[in-house]
Amino acid sequence: MDIAFSQEDLSFRDEVRAFFTENFTEALQQKMRGKEFKTAVVEWQKKLHAKGWIAPNWPAEYGGTGWTATQKYIFETERSLAGIPAAVPFGLSMVGPVIYQFGTPEQKAQFLPRILASDDWWCQGYSEPGSGSDLASLKTKAELDGDHYVINGAKIWTTYAQYADWIFVLVRTSNEGKRQEGITFILADMKTEGIKVNPIISIDNHHSLNEVEFNNVRVPAANVIGEVGKGWSVAKALLAHERTSIAGVADVKRNLRLIKEAAAKEINGGKSLLEDAGFQQRLADIEIELMALEFTDLRTLATMAAGGFPGPESSLLKIKGTELQQATQELRMELAAYYQGVLSTDMDPEVLGHDFGSEARRQFMYGRAATIYGGSNEVQKNIIAKFVLGLE
Amino acid sequence: MNFDFSEEQQMVRDSIARFVQDDYDWDTRRAIVASDAGMKPENWQTFAELGWLSIPFAEEEGGFGGNIVDTSVIMEELGKGLVVEPYLPTVVLFGGLVARAGNEAQRAAVLPKLIEGGVLGAFAFVERQSRFEITDCKTSASAARDGYALNGEKVVVFNGEHADHLVVLARTSGGQFDRDGLSLFLVPADTAGVSKLAYQMMDAGRVANITFDNVALGADALLGEAGKAMDVVDAVIREATIAIAAEAVGIMGVLNAKTLEYTKTREQFGVNIGSFQALQHRMVDTMMAYEQAKSLLYKVLCEYQESPESADATVHALKVLIDRNSKLIYGEAIQLHGGMGITDELDIGHFAKRLMMINATFGDGTYHRTKFVEKAYAA
Repeated sequence: MDIAFSQEDLSFRDEVRAFFTENFTEALQQKMRGKEFKTAVVEWQKKLHAKGWIAPNWPAEYGGTGWTATQKYIFETERSLAGIPAAVPFGLSMVGPVIYQFGTPEQKAQFLPRILASDDWWCQGYSEPGSGSDLASLKTKAELDGDHYVINGAKIWTTYAQYADWIFVLVRTSNEGKRQEGITFILADMKTEGIKVNPIISIDNHHSLNEVEFNNVRVPAANVIGEVGKGWSVAKALLAHERTSIAGVADVKRNLRLIKEAAAKEINGGKSLLEDAGFQQRLADIEIELMALEFTDLRTLATMAAGGFPGPESSLLKIKGTELQQATQELRMELAAYYQGVLSTDMDPEVLGHDFGSEARRQFMYGRAATIYGGSNEVQKNIIAKFVLGLE
Repeated sequence: MNFDFSEEQQMVRDSIARFVQDDYDWDTRRAIVASDAGMKPENWQTFAELGWLSIPFAEEEGGFGGNIVDTSVIMEELGKGLVVEPYLPTVVLFGGLVARAGNEAQRAAVLPKLIEGGVLGAFAFVERQSRFEITDCKTSASAARDGYALNGEKVVVFNGEHADHLVVLARTSGGQFDRDGLSLFLVPADTAGVSKLAYQMMDAGRVANITFDNVALGADALLGEAGKAMDVVDAVIREATIAIAAEAVGIMGVLNAKTLEYTKTREQFGVNIGSFQALQHRMVDTMMAYEQAKSLLYKVLCEYQESPESADATVHALKVLIDRNSKLIYGEAIQLHGGMGITDELDIGHFAKRLMMINATFGDGTYHRTKFVEKAYAA
């Protein structure tokens, strides 16, 4: 048993690091934090695409990198440690893999190159008002009319719908049989008449979530992915993609680094917080749990590297990973003392007297969603209870 | 032994509850928070008319002569409505300092007006470097002709945007971290050399960074004994800490009730989610967390009435437990409300943010745990 990376892996790591340092510039980061968010994200993803690194998880024949599991792990780790956001997942990690797995040659040709090049911005139409973690209860219906489906209903929690060119939607094409049957996976152009995006302001006072209404939206039947009525299987395949590298170990590591840097500068009664026993113990509690999670993550990686497939155990990574993300977000926020409460994020730190409290709280607040989306942690525990422990 | 509230206390509780129900429903509060002032002056007049502003002050000042239990009752009820009008900064902090440290002339100049709702106040004690250590004070008041020259900056001053009068903590002698050498000054907010930068907090509170640039103060601006401010400050902060703990208890009760109600009506997988045993146990945990916090608050109230100083260790304990239990309660409230819980539209997140702000006020859980250890396990 050992965890040493090979010489090839190490030089790969150096190459990744060098690329990130050179290309993820301060100017780009500035843009990403402000009003030019979308432009900056596309600009960054196009850089990765030009380098051939935009889709590490895709098969090489569709434009993937052909990396080993270890290389993918190194890439993700370095990205997180450098504070670089993951590529927007809806195209590259969700609908892309679904299209190359289930799509027709025409669909592949139409959509995959534009996803890789970040020419189309995608969003996800799964949840509905009221459906929550019980996805199969969805009601948005699609009725065939000639060679088009006519969609009526509403989707909710749709991240970045305000930027999107396309949406992939789960619709009900039949009410016969089990609830999971009669669901179809279809793609809609956001410019289609009858689609309306309503913003939802979240608890962090920002706008990233939306409700998307469909009023008699006519979508070509040719946009159905896979078979009509088999959308549930397509959706499940997509969720398997979503759950890889979900632990976010490197993100937590980066947060801990930021916490330590800030704690050294926060002085309480003449002593830095980093020297405060009470604070040290809280930090230690998180760090110890993280040390374990990193190796749980590596054990999953080893299984995948040996050609295995991560099973329901990946639910463990999601649960523990999101818990630790929230714990570090909370600790970083609390470092700011009174300043964690400052609402305005656009005040000059020099004038305000503090530089990260407001942003740390925003991350903490939005971070509450991590244990809710993608199958809430309660649902993840049900999955473990049923499929790992065999409890019915 | 008796944990009942007096008839007067029950009447005040009912009158605030009625105000929240009739005049402070969620849409009304939302509009108040979004208004330019971020508070409603008419409400403050109502508070005065109903006598709430007079309760903690002595009868000879025109007050009701209430005690810490009265203040807690008021704060718990205001908490349930997430009332943003500045009761804590004006009555408990500012009024408390003037009442305790002021001479007769200062008390007469300020308190009757405060009680009739004509004056808003604030206590300026936090500095950009100080975190929770109040004695870490760089703002200075140096002797000048006929009085003092005040220089420095205070940050995140609660109610700083609206306060007509400030009590400012400043150093008249000693080094940056010394407990001795701190003094209090009563400063009208429109005094020459006082400037404000106002901003809003996550709990909708209006605060300000306030700069003092060679502010000329007369000798009569000194509030209490020069160099000995911390005894008074400790006493007032102790009372204010209990007050926000009571407010937190009020909020925690509301969050639990709202979450419980939601789980009884929210359907997933064909049943109410409240029927899931895993969730039932978690709601039992949040119920116990609430009851435990309430119990420790009552212990503090009993000890404080014996002698305020003797309650010190328990006040630290209370702030630790409020921190821990409120995190559990607002965390579960958001989680169990699912996607709706993370919207700005739903009230849950706003109750959570007030609890977060309470946790960050007068020291967080980590800070008070250390203080508790020092007090309780001192050799």
